Amino acid sequence: MYELKFDPDLCLGCSTQACLAKCQYIEIDRETAQEEILKIARGEDSFVLHECATCYACEEYCTFGNHPFYLIAEKQEARGISPVPRPLIQRAVNIGIPFRGRPEIKEINSPVLNIGAFSELTHLIQGKLFEGIAAISTDERKMFHFFCQLMYLHYGRDSIIKERLPGIIETIAKYKPTEVICFHDECYGAYTSYSSAHGIDVPFKPVHFYEYLYNRLVELKDMIRPLNLKVAYQRPCSSRLSPDKHLFVGRIFDLIGAESVKREFVDENALCCAGAIEGQKREGSRKRAAMQQKRNIEDMQKAGAEVCVFNCPACFQTLGGMVARNGIKPVHMSDLCRLAIGETPEGWR
Amino acid sequence: MDPIYQSLAAIVDAEHVSDRPEELYIYSFDLGTAEPHRPDYVVSPVTAGQIQEIVRLANRENIPVVPLGGGMSLAGLAVPLKGGILLDLKRMDRIIEVNEKGRYAVLECGVSQGQLTSYLERHHPHLTHSEPGAPPAATIVGNVVIHGQGDLAQPYGFNSDMVNGLEVVLPTGEVCCFGSCAIGARWFTNHPLPDVGLFLGWCGTTGIITKLSIRLLPAKRIRGVGRFVVDDEELVPEIVYRLTHTQMAEDIIAFSSAIPPFASMLQHFTVNIAADSEKELEMKQEIIWDDTLGEYIQKGDGAYLGFTRALERPQISKTSDYKKGGGFEYVGSIMPIEKYPECYQKGREISERHDIPYTVTGRCIGAAHSMMFAWTYAFNRADPETIKGARNALHETDRLVLELGGVIWKPGTYGQKLVLERLDPNTRELMKKIKGLLDPKGIMNPGNWEIP
Repeated sequence: MYELKFDPDLCLGCSTQACLAKCQYIEIDRETAQEEILKIARGEDSFVLHECATCYACEEYCTFGNHPFYLIAEKQEARGISPVPRPLIQRAVNIGIPFRGRPEIKEINSPVLNIGAFSELTHLIQGKLFEGIAAISTDERKMFHFFCQLMYLHYGRDSIIKERLPGIIETIAKYKPTEVICFHDECYGAYTSYSSAHGIDVPFKPVHFYEYLYNRLVELKDMIRPLNLKVAYQRPCSSRLSPDKHLFVGRIFDLIGAESVKREFVDENALCCAGAIEGQKREGSRKRAAMQQKRNIEDMQKAGAEVCVFNCPACFQTLGGMVARNGIKPVHMSDLCRLAIGETPEGWR
Repeated sequence: MDPIYQSLAAIVDAEHVSDRPEELYIYSFDLGTAEPHRPDYVVSPVTAGQIQEIVRLANRENIPVVPLGGGMSLAGLAVPLKGGILLDLKRMDRIIEVNEKGRYAVLECGVSQGQLTSYLERHHPHLTHSEPGAPPAATIVGNVVIHGQGDLAQPYGFNSDMVNGLEVVLPTGEVCCFGSCAIGARWFTNHPLPDVGLFLGWCGTTGIITKLSIRLLPAKRIRGVGRFVVDDEELVPEIVYRLTHTQMAEDIIAFSSAIPPFASMLQHFTVNIAADSEKELEMKQEIIWDDTLGEYIQKGDGAYLGFTRALERPQISKTSDYKKGGGFEYVGSIMPIEKYPECYQKGREISERHDIPYTVTGRCIGAAHSMMFAWTYAFNRADPETIKGARNALHETDRLVLELGGVIWKPGTYGQKLVLERLDPNTRELMKKIKGLLDPKGIMNPGNWEIP
């Protein structure tokens, strides 16, 4: 079984305990933070295991790359402290089970775009930005063969990831891709951060979707007409697993003439969509999620955002309607980029 | 030329009558497992007067008459078991009146669910009707005739409870009106005249409904679906009881299915909630999810899955596509809600015995007064063996319904036989007398509800 590489000595030598001290969902001072993370590392109970919102942000806050969130998720499972009710776990575990046959795989020997478990969103990978690139997992019936499994971090069921992820990697590797562009942050995080932290071999080169988009936009620079839109970015939780790629958000906005509005909840301080919080077991979770969504959207409004840009389809599903009802247009990053090169995405008005 | 064909053509014109094999074939089956039977003629009338002439002709010639709405019952109820004249009523599709303040609509018998929904959305956005899970092509009258239920069944009950009046062509050709319209008043109520409810539930064996007045209901500005899930089927009856106590839901459905895997061995609830403002919506959500179901969440026994704006119709038909073949049929029952756990458990057993992925659904009717519980069986339309397997599973389920103390809903001929075997003898005798009185020659939809 794969084991998490976590070094408690790094926590002992840490002067900030930023992993927990910066947490937006748990009030905790630096000293308590150190005590609690060490208790968790020793396999002891901690209130953090019970109150964690599973926003992934501590993975970014930890400057040592010591993977505090993976540790929390692993220990939640070990101690039987699930953040969500039992039926929700079973439902989630069932979701990832493929049931309509195996994909037909052909060797591609070139870069591939992996849309993962979002086959119904192939309209988001259309146009010049994606010309000439082979897409995999475009068949809705087979998409769970490409499901990166990292979602189970929200459910305190890390063991499912360890059990299934190597098989998913093996399926993708059969295409013999020279590199795999990951449509979703979560997939990129699975094949880079999570796999590396657990010693899972990834025999292909993962590429972040935004890095790919940025490079394509540079190639198509002559086609770009500045959008002159004020945009807010809804940073997904799994972006915390690849903070080194987050800079591409700003680079893309600069390239396409989108003005990133000045917000309180941005970059490291971003608020998650609260979709995971809504389903948690703690009393008041539904309301807590609704309050957070309200704060998030009010912050976008206050900053003058005209458009809210998403990467994560789950965030889009959770917040898209709400931002629209508040006068802010929700749009996926790839569609925003298509607008900048003069294309009209499906359903755009 | 065939004199019956000529007579029919003289009634409705040659464009709207056919005895061509390719057209008769289309009317010989429905989408379920029932054996096909071809009619001898298909006629599409456009007035009650034409229907009168057709049934008079059928009486003279001793020819069966089978009325057909959308043809969506799945149970073979409009398959012409003994041939004869198939009356396709879809051309009678006028929405005659919508009374906004009195909240009712007067319709012809061919008006479809989708047609009324779309008409109300466009012209009367404050009104809606209780739309069943059937495809939009199902007719309003067809649904009422089988005691159907829709997505407002929780507050308002069966769709057949919402009838304000009927116009019926009797099997002998007379036209009768029932309800306030019978005395020339508006079609606003079915009461308080003496009750002669002889047509609902009879599946077209006692007459042809040509007009219907149906209650319309308030349409709130925001309508959406909240979802909840538990892993213990024993919790379902008490959760439905608690939900109905809030009087805040428009529709409560519990379901479980082997495919897709997320639904397997779990009991999902969809709870439709409507509101005119964000304030009203949040108040209802708070009462339902936090106050009423909060304790299940905190104990870890139940989980809230979120609220989606806009309604989704139940999509049982999708189950037919998860395995190869695209066919499905279900046994529906009207059942006490306390029987949900047994219905689920025994339904799974039947499905497993027949190697069909299980799919079960229970829709609450009224304030937990009963539920429509359905067991769905998928089959491959191109494979007679799987059709036979599904048919056997359906028959086994018909028997189960009665063993559990429920009533089979819109039974096919097999289920009708089981019901008649158990029916109180005096009731059966009365039904026989009524049928004999209304349809002395037995021409109406023969093979259905036949009492020996």
